[in-house]
Amino acid sequence: MSEEFNDNKTIQAQSSESISGGGSGAANDIDYVRPAEVGEQDLYHGHSFISKWVFCQDAKVIGVQYFLLATFTGIIGLILSWLMRLQLGFPELAGFMTAEHYYQFVTMHGMIMVVYFLTALFLGGFGNFLIPLMVGARDMVFPYLNMVSFWMFFIAVGVLLASFFVPGGPTGSGWTLYPPQAILEGTPGSGWGIMLMCISLILFVAGFTMGGLNYLITVLQARTRGMTLMRMPLTVWGIFTATVLAMLAFPALLVGALMMSLDNLLGTSFFMPTILKAGEVLEYGGGSPILFQHLFWFFGHPEVYIVALPAFGIVSDLISVHSRKNIFGYRMMVWAIVGIGALSFFVWAHHMYVSGMNPWFGFFFATTTLIIAVPTAMKVYNWILTLWRGNIRLNTVMLWCLGFIVTFVNGGITGIFLGNVTVDVPLSDTYFVIAHFHMVMGIAPLMVIMGAVYHWFPLVAGRMLDEGLGKWHFWITFLGAYSIYFPMHYLGFIGVPRRYFEMYDSPYMTSAVGMNEFISIAAFIVGAAQFILFYNIIKTLKVGKPSGHNPWKACSLEWLTPSVPPEHGNWGDKLPIVHRWAYDYSVPGAKEDFITQITPPSEVANTEVEKT
Amino acid sequence: MHAGIIFFLVILGSVLFHIFTPWYWTDVASNWGGMDDTITLTFWVGGGVFIAVCLFMIYCVFKFSYKEDRKAEYKPEDKKLERILTWATTLGVAALLAPGLIIWNQFISVPKNAIEIDVMAWQWGWQYRLPGEDGKLGTTQVVNINDNNPFGINIDDPYGKDDVMIQSDVINLENNRPVKILLRSVDVLHNWYVPQFRAKMDAVPGIVTYYWFEPNKTGKYEVLCAEYCGVGHYAMRGGVIVQDDQDYDNWLQDQETFSDLIAKQKILETSKTKLAKK
Repeated sequence: MSEEFNDNKTIQAQSSESISGGGSGAANDIDYVRPAEVGEQDLYHGHSFISKWVFCQDAKVIGVQYFLLATFTGIIGLILSWLMRLQLGFPELAGFMTAEHYYQFVTMHGMIMVVYFLTALFLGGFGNFLIPLMVGARDMVFPYLNMVSFWMFFIAVGVLLASFFVPGGPTGSGWTLYPPQAILEGTPGSGWGIMLMCISLILFVAGFTMGGLNYLITVLQARTRGMTLMRMPLTVWGIFTATVLAMLAFPALLVGALMMSLDNLLGTSFFMPTILKAGEVLEYGGGSPILFQHLFWFFGHPEVYIVALPAFGIVSDLISVHSRKNIFGYRMMVWAIVGIGALSFFVWAHHMYVSGMNPWFGFFFATTTLIIAVPTAMKVYNWILTLWRGNIRLNTVMLWCLGFIVTFVNGGITGIFLGNVTVDVPLSDTYFVIAHFHMVMGIAPLMVIMGAVYHWFPLVAGRMLDEGLGKWHFWITFLGAYSIYFPMHYLGFIGVPRRYFEMYDSPYMTSAVGMNEFISIAAFIVGAAQFILFYNIIKTLKVGKPSGHNPWKACSLEWLTPSVPPEHGNWGDKLPIVHRWAYDYSVPGAKEDFITQITPPSEVANTEVEKT
Repeated sequence: MHAGIIFFLVILGSVLFHIFTPWYWTDVASNWGGMDDTITLTFWVGGGVFIAVCLFMIYCVFKFSYKEDRKAEYKPEDKKLERILTWATTLGVAALLAPGLIIWNQFISVPKNAIEIDVMAWQWGWQYRLPGEDGKLGTTQVVNINDNNPFGINIDDPYGKDDVMIQSDVINLENNRPVKILLRSVDVLHNWYVPQFRAKMDAVPGIVTYYWFEPNKTGKYEVLCAEYCGVGHYAMRGGVIVQDDQDYDNWLQDQETFSDLIAKQKILETSKTKLAKK
């Protein structure tokens, strides 16, 4: 493979030069940046189609691969949600659907959206694309491992989707996969389905660990000169902290999936007590179903923040760029991300208030859960304070951000309902919960993803997405999604339980029929509206306006590559040298309303820029 | 149309929806009105914050939307403002948490005079067992369950003999008498939930879980399974009839005890052996 590295010789030579010649000459002293401690890494340059686009080691391509595959599984999740809403709103039209089907769709929709769509998209997609560019690295530190990570994800998705075609179909045990029912007859897919689900999750976690170690070490070790931790864009902070959470939380899921597979295949009894089934006592005994719930939610709650923290980070950057103003309280924002991340490991059992665990836990977990509301609220304040006295471009990207603030605050507040143990008792296992978590970790992160797509698409493709289509896409999605989930809370107040295939004619549920029809229609429209984006992307790739360099006039590094879209290696001959944080917008005295991270202080000597 | 106007209409619509909604909670029929009160409190505080944040955002959108000649403010942080906001939020959160914890303490402290009810769940149905005159339920084991012993009571447990067995998915309760629901399951997770009583708890195979409430409105209520338990989950319904003490006593008189059942079976068996001898 050694001849593959020849391309890099020039790069290496130049970088070692810059190491020795860091800050020479008294005139440039204010521009001095500590020299790099290690030389540059070698990059493997693919030459064939396969090594360039399939088994590719360029983080940007891997990011796009992750993005596309996650979106593909997301569309399957979307179609499943349509089928569920058809059954709930118009059961007379869903005659083909049995209760088994319904529960399989519920399960696969949940698992796909949380793990294979949102997690893969934020960390695999945005993480890979943005981390090296934003910290000024040429690539991830382990490009080969990064490539393997994506293909593990590919296989995991394959195994997951294969379960649609095995005897018994996919598992229908709910996305929480609670034993004993997950592996007992009476639940659809209790044989092949649950086995493939566990295998797929294990593969996902393994693949994800490869990617995750890469993100962590790239952020810690491969930042360019001058890029201190407290100068990193919040996007990187969000993805970095989320990855730390993932590294610590996914093992719990892995262990849970392994132990359940052992119970299922070898007859162990980790989660299986003595069980009477169809008049016969099964050969299990002594296991604890609640143990699985602890393992699952020890993963499951940090998982919420694995999705939310990258969204927090990204939305902070988008709001800042498009308000032409620095993010308000950057240091507070960093510590809030880190604090939320740490606290998220101490709140998991708030998903289990009525699980039958020791009720004394309720006091502890209600307290920790409500404590986490404080740093979260600080983040919200800082977003809206960033808008305050800004110069707000009301473009598509900003609209998605504003939509995020509305849905996130709405969903966050209902989280305070459910986190407060007493309030949770009547509301848990009802539609209130469904409405809450879709609002806060479905719609809100989706708003960020969409904003991020409109924001960074020019960097990926070199062309600007169409604003008119983008605004239609936003308003249909935002208004539609809000009218799905806002009224749904009230179904929960009535007491309508979740995961009901059919409501029957309980007196207090018949009144919900009209609302269910309305919600279903809104869901069909919102789902369909997502195809506006696909149309927009295809159209833009063909005839879109070229974006040129740095179309949004952003300060952060990813827009400052020599070529747009950036090539393999990102930075051409010389790595960028960073002199400031990523938020020097509208600095008094500056000619333009932004000073990039690589602008040396000597060039903006007469401005009132704060030292970062 | 200006984006701010649409966002404003969304917030206004949310408030109007809340005021005029025909969908709201059922009348509470137990002592857990306090849960409704905490929800209402959380609603006002949380709803207020939601509206305030959104209105502030909408104001900013109107006031500070892009103008070529304007320059945004440059102010990286404001320590004082951040400190005030942190403490105000902390206080607000504590004010919501405190009543929640107080009621949770009530929820997990069962009154001494509560009558214990064994609620047994399986895929997919319910049955109930009341303590007899001794006021104590007999101990049970899953392996004991068979046609002659539908609750799996340990035969040698003296407390079990007078247990009242209700092999129906409907149970009668005495009005204004606290009940401690003891939940168990013979197969998978279930959850015995009556929306009007507000309370719920999972039934977990292998252990006995509990919660308590005091019904305070006579009438018939529907029991729903609130923890997903397989294909029949949505159909796993039951019923509760809350009665005044007179009616309740009459109903209780008619129910069969465990020793009644054993006696009946003995008679059946002896007549069987007699038949066989003949």
